[in-house]
Amino acid sequence: MSKSSINTSFLSRNWWKITGVFLVLYSIIMGFLGEVPRLPILHETIRNLYFHVTMWFAMIFILGASLVSSIKYLSKSDYRQDIKAEQYAYVGILLGMLGIVTGSVWAHFTWGAWWVNDPKLNGAAISLLIYFAYIILRNSMDEEQKRARVAAVYNIFAFVLLLVFLVVYPRMNKVDSLHPGNGGNPAFSSYDLDKNMRLVFYPAVIGWIMIGLWLANIAIRSSILRYNQLRSQFSSNKEKP
Amino acid sequence: MFNKILLNLIFICLSTTLLAGETIDMADTFRSEGKIYVVVTILSIVFAGIVMYLIRLDRKISRLEKEQSNSEKA
Repeated sequence: MSKSSINTSFLSRNWWKITGVFLVLYSIIMGFLGEVPRLPILHETIRNLYFHVTMWFAMIFILGASLVSSIKYLSKSDYRQDIKAEQYAYVGILLGMLGIVTGSVWAHFTWGAWWVNDPKLNGAAISLLIYFAYIILRNSMDEEQKRARVAAVYNIFAFVLLLVFLVVYPRMNKVDSLHPGNGGNPAFSSYDLDKNMRLVFYPAVIGWIMIGLWLANIAIRSSILRYNQLRSQFSSNKEKP
Repeated sequence: MFNKILLNLIFICLSTTLLAGETIDMADTFRSEGKIYVVVTILSIVFAGIVMYLIRLDRKISRLEKEQSNSEKA
């Protein structure tokens, strides 16, 4: 194989990791140096949009990937899809926890409390608990195929509930929310209509999704390695008298 | 009477300029001469370090995958 063909296959396999790294790096640089609208209360913390809100967007995408893997598992019963669903869920939970902690710090300095009784906050907390329950449910079963099937079915419920608690419930008109775009507050797009911010925010979302996929990719591959290793150990033990 | 109107006019002018002059605090000087570039550089280095670690991990796993598929063939 010539050197150039190695390079092209390297790029075709890893372009999304490279793109993700550059997009997030761009968001770190422009997130601090770029122009932002001047708003009372928020002041410079409006820049958290690039680092806090992106966590949630990436979380929903990664948990969506987990859902797709679960559906694939149910239709094909391939153990790899089960591993994928589990590891995507772990990365999604990590992003969600980062989102809750960063949001709490932001709330402390703008809304005046670490935790406020906001539907979006409570919805996020409930959806994280639902995914903790997914992990606990999975790990509570020993039989491999049964565990995979029950976890996959639960994962479908979990994702639907996630959308309800994170997207639908905070937007209901009778609910008061401090978050933009929710409970009668002006929508997200109206306060950062600012072109400069969009030019950083959307690349940052795509970048964090790709970084999240990369983290999950590493976790999935190492889990599959371990699975294969255990299986070959088991079969070699069986051959012995 | 005329004095009163003049006084009012001056007052209105003053108050509008004051209102217009009321700015929202932003870290302007912080950005221009406050060495924010240093923070951006350091954050970029931290991020680059984590990415380098990820690349190492990725390659390590690729090597293990190769070894495993070779040993399965053997």
